[in-house]
Amino acid sequence: MDKTVNQKAWFLVLPVFLVVAFSAVLPLMTVVNYSMQDTFGNNQFFWNGVGWFKELLDPSTDLGGRFLASLGRNLFFSLVILAIEVPLGIVVALSMPRQGWTVAACLVTLALPLLIPWNVVGTIWQIFGRPDIGLLGYVLNHIGLDYNYVSNDIDAWVTVIVMDVWHWTSLVALLCYAGLKSIPEAYYQAAQIDGASRWAVFKAIQLPKMNRVLLIAVLLRFMDSFMIYTEPFVVTGGGPGNSTTFVSIELVKIALGQFDLGKAAALSLVYNLIILIVCWIFYTVMTNAGSERKPQEGAA
Amino acid sequence: MARIDLVDLAHSYGGNDAPQETFALKPVTMTWRQGGAYALLGPSGCGKTTLLNVISGIITPSRGKIMFDGKDITPLSTQKRNIAQVFQFPVIYDTMTVGENLAFPLKNRGVPKAEIDKRVAEIGRLLDLEPYLNRKATRLTADAKQKISLGRGLVRSDVAAVLFDEPLTVIDPELKWQLRSKLKALHRELDLTMIYVTHDQTEALTFADTVVVMHDGRVVQSGTPAELFDKPAHTFVGYFIGSPGMNILPAEVKGREAKIGDHVIALNRSYDNLPAGAKIEIGVRPEFVDAVAPGPGLLSAKIERIDDLGRIRFARVRLGDARIAARAPAGFTGSDGNAGLKFDAAHIHVYADSLLVEGAA
Repeated sequence: MDKTVNQKAWFLVLPVFLVVAFSAVLPLMTVVNYSMQDTFGNNQFFWNGVGWFKELLDPSTDLGGRFLASLGRNLFFSLVILAIEVPLGIVVALSMPRQGWTVAACLVTLALPLLIPWNVVGTIWQIFGRPDIGLLGYVLNHIGLDYNYVSNDIDAWVTVIVMDVWHWTSLVALLCYAGLKSIPEAYYQAAQIDGASRWAVFKAIQLPKMNRVLLIAVLLRFMDSFMIYTEPFVVTGGGPGNSTTFVSIELVKIALGQFDLGKAAALSLVYNLIILIVCWIFYTVMTNAGSERKPQEGAA
Repeated sequence: MARIDLVDLAHSYGGNDAPQETFALKPVTMTWRQGGAYALLGPSGCGKTTLLNVISGIITPSRGKIMFDGKDITPLSTQKRNIAQVFQFPVIYDTMTVGENLAFPLKNRGVPKAEIDKRVAEIGRLLDLEPYLNRKATRLTADAKQKISLGRGLVRSDVAAVLFDEPLTVIDPELKWQLRSKLKALHRELDLTMIYVTHDQTEALTFADTVVVMHDGRVVQSGTPAELFDKPAHTFVGYFIGSPGMNILPAEVKGREAKIGDHVIALNRSYDNLPAGAKIEIGVRPEFVDAVAPGPGLLSAKIERIDDLGRIRFARVRLGDARIAARAPAGFTGSDGNAGLKFDAAHIHVYADSLLVEGAA
């Protein structure tokens, strides 16, 4: 068959090339460019090669120390909120009603925290936790707990974690609920006939059927918490000291606070790379989990 | 293993106070004998699945009792009833192997491991699942999965009855035959009471020794396939069973004669006490009506078409507003569009308000 040759077709893809170039490729290249240079203001730049990257990965330098410390805090934060939000979300989804008007009521209530702008969530908790005028802070201090997220590291961490759990557990719960709803009634009936206990039903039916949505929930929550900025910045500003300074907060400090464009550019590239790798791992795991499920033809 | 008695059993999703016409299952009293193969046959929405779920305990009936071997089990939960149920779509536990699937009901009941292994091996052999016992169950085909569902029921040695809810819906046609013969073989081997719900008359008639036909929440007839064919107790049974279904014609019946329009058909039995004001119809299967060349003494009708089924030919004819199917003898073409109908008097039934009336000899 003869293929039609028409070079004018390139014009059709040209707009996409332009949009992608201006929205993604050029800005990214600018960052790559900055990451290789140093500036002392006045729009003067000096070539630094891979110097910033070397410093970044060397904990003995100031930049490396700050980066690795905030990265560690960030990973710890993500692990903690996943360990809380995933089981909690499953429990919430399991205890939700299956039919009747209460379903709609539950769904709306659960969706509420998700609809609040992130800096408002931060503000809510910032005020809520204040020992002088905040309900939570006042009550805790009143019953004898010495709680102050401005001066105590652990209090600050607890506040940030509880805030994230409050904000995002709903997402996990809603995803799990969707997974649970897709299980046909016959499975529960069969399990009943097989004499399965509540726990056995959960292990043999509900958990395997929620597998896929749980993976998505973990992926979303990990990425979001790994990139978290607004809420902890509003509540603690990264403090006390540096105790709740996550990578994104550190990045903004370097880029806008110190105006160290080279260091900031190098840091954001590495940060970006970590996120890409984690995404890729999740993606691979998810697609493999999917192919495992495909029935094998002619097996019986 | 058990005899199952249904005593004045009924179920209404709207509660007992709802009018009886709205009951999903209208009051029924019947006995299912131990070791029988029963089919519950009826169109969608006739209440057959409701009846099955009442027996398995998934639904608690709003009225009446179910007894297993004379013991009232109505209040017992599904777990305690010792029944097995195979659903329309295969239910298997995804994360387990075939063997673990089969072992699941025993494990839940705390049976010792050695006993479990023995039973699983036995059932695996019975259902030809032996080669797959260590494979993940998700990867098997639909018919193997249905066998696993069945196996989970059979693995319990104390199972009282096996219930099937249209189990062949998702199976490929050629495998349907295999699986159905397997079920029959199992039934002979295991001496279990089996109840099979379906809307497919072929499935019902080939599987069961007793077919229970349901219509609109009511059990309209229960009998052997031959009884259902020869003597339908309800016009619905006549129409639903057989292909094509029974011809039902409005008629005036008096003594030993039925009058359709001006034409008189002789009957074998005498019907003198027909209820007054009832809708009277006669029913006759197409197999007992012959379409021949028009002649004196024959009911004349217009031929619409002739269906050649290979083994047998049926003429579709029109009689006023009624459509009739009749056997067309070899060589009969009805080329002029007219036919005379000859009825076999021995096989004409009379129905009053859709119910069979027994005539006097």
